[in-house]
Amino acid sequence: MRRISYRDALREALREEMLRDERVFLLGEDIGRYWGGAFKVTKGLAEEFGEERVRDTPISESAIIGVAIGAAITGMRPVAEIMFGDLTALAMDQIANQAAKLRYMFGGQISVPLVIRTPFGGGVNIAAHHSQSLEAWFMHVPGLHVAAPSTPYDAKGLLKTAIRSENPVVFCEHKLLYPVEGEVPEEDYMIPFGTATIRREGTDITIVATLYMVHKALNAAKTLEKEEGINVEVVDPRTLVPLDKKTIIESVKKTGRVVVVSEDCKTAGVTAEISAIIAEEAIDYLDAPIKRVAAMDTPIPFSPPLENFVIPDENRIIRAVKEIV
Amino acid sequence: MTYSKWGSTMIDVSREKLVEMYRKMLEIRYFEEKVFELYGQNLVPGTIHLYAGQEAVAVGVCSALRKEDYITSTHRGHGHCIAKGADLKRVMAEILGRKTGYCKGKGGSMHIADFSIGMLGATAVVGAGLPIATGAALSVKLQKTSQVVACFFGDGASNQGTFHESLNMAAIWKLPILFVCENNLYAMGTSQSRVMLIENIADRAAAYGMVGTTIDGNDVLAVYQTAREAVERARKGEGPTLIECKTYRHKGHSRMDPAKYRPKEEVEEWLKKDPIKRFQDRLFEMNVLTEDEKGEIERAVIAEVEEAVKFALESPYPSPEEALEDVYA
Repeated sequence: MRRISYRDALREALREEMLRDERVFLLGEDIGRYWGGAFKVTKGLAEEFGEERVRDTPISESAIIGVAIGAAITGMRPVAEIMFGDLTALAMDQIANQAAKLRYMFGGQISVPLVIRTPFGGGVNIAAHHSQSLEAWFMHVPGLHVAAPSTPYDAKGLLKTAIRSENPVVFCEHKLLYPVEGEVPEEDYMIPFGTATIRREGTDITIVATLYMVHKALNAAKTLEKEEGINVEVVDPRTLVPLDKKTIIESVKKTGRVVVVSEDCKTAGVTAEISAIIAEEAIDYLDAPIKRVAAMDTPIPFSPPLENFVIPDENRIIRAVKEIV
Repeated sequence: MTYSKWGSTMIDVSREKLVEMYRKMLEIRYFEEKVFELYGQNLVPGTIHLYAGQEAVAVGVCSALRKEDYITSTHRGHGHCIAKGADLKRVMAEILGRKTGYCKGKGGSMHIADFSIGMLGATAVVGAGLPIATGAALSVKLQKTSQVVACFFGDGASNQGTFHESLNMAAIWKLPILFVCENNLYAMGTSQSRVMLIENIADRAAAYGMVGTTIDGNDVLAVYQTAREAVERARKGEGPTLIECKTYRHKGHSRMDPAKYRPKEEVEEWLKKDPIKRFQDRLFEMNVLTEDEKGEIERAVIAEVEEAVKFALESPYPSPEEALEDVYA
């Protein structure tokens, strides 16, 4: 099968959905012909679809999301780009209080078919305002779906599902994933939300990991197999809301041990939620305490040695596994 | 910028339309008085923000709209709903938390919507409706329909960042929208003069290259005529307008707020400018309305409001488990 990058897979999903449904349009800062998006995801789309449907906006995150909501509740299917995940903070009222709640507050009269694409994650030395992983903020708001694709295949399939969904979706991308290549079918396909995938089968321990951490977990698993003879299973939830608890719990029941890995801060984060579910639903199957590997509870620092220390790496994952196997 | 003051100008409106506007204003007034009464009887859960005193704004603007046009509303939104043509029974039922309300009891007084009449809902976060209304206007433009959007908000909202972001976006994209600022002089207990150095909020329109005008918000004909012009411009693709309507709420901010922060003389002066009384006098003057007709309309409106109350009180509450529905589509 052909191999393309995560970035190109996202663009392909946007392009195919825009061709399929004229209600789909894009808006965001510098997503148009002059820049093509800060990470080039929308490059070429303004040329193909015009500036009405690939709409450059002023630097007004709150209005970008609010405008997308207004369009979504009146018959359009907007895909808004927030240039960096950190900047969702500027639009938080519109995301958490409006997009997430309008359907509910209005007694189900309408739905809000809106996608908010945004890149999270560190590793590129741009410090505390451009490097956070904030997926958990959105997991905490009923009414939102949260997607977190880790491969080009998932990026395309999940984005298509998100665009066709009637619910507001926070579509979490990761800066380091954009150039990552993988197999992506040329044809149309969708990945249902709430279906985790097993990236690597194993018998000794389960690692649940999301976004870029999936790749670090897979590297760690290889090393552990080679050097320690530990057979690791890696589960990738793919969407955090809805969360495929079943696949996670079944894997944990099989291996009896689990490490949960995510790039967001440890306190009240993705790893906290997943660990709590495992504790609630499968504690009797555990042969060891649940381990969490997450970013330290600090802002993301700038200088490479500092940033590398705060964000989880393969060694931290390996250490966590070895502590309980 | 380009509008004259319409307060004393005779305009071409049919007799039926004038009577209908008068009737709508009365509907709002009696409805709000009834809500206040029910609140006092502990029949209204939570809080209320009454529209009484500002009727000329909602009715003046909505009378210039078509059914398919959109509006967005605020925490003080009963009047907007009624002016756009909402069913009093379902508004009242929602305020009383009943299953038959517009939002099945999930929204309450501050979150009423009726998408079947283009009422896109009230948001209770001050200023949050502005970008949503702007998005509806973008939607209209992209779908190439001839609809327009009227976005209601207060003086307080004009100090939010969303006001700036939304007006700017609407201006650069020439969107078909009316930003209707109901300046009732107080944001909760904070008077306008304490939080902005300008007298007229419409002056801010200039900063966005937008047409802006300040009008007497207690003169329903002035509001109607200004809105009609703005709607016309919007439908022709000439972009948005900021209309500041100077008005006054008769009650406090919410619930039983006695509004002691407002000088007594100021309240008295504004009560003299009651928009319903003024319009009524005007209609008498114009020989559009007689005492008999007035009495007839009043009786009909009172009966309609009473019917809404009866409907709401006889409606069941939602069952607790319904709280779990409508979170996701």
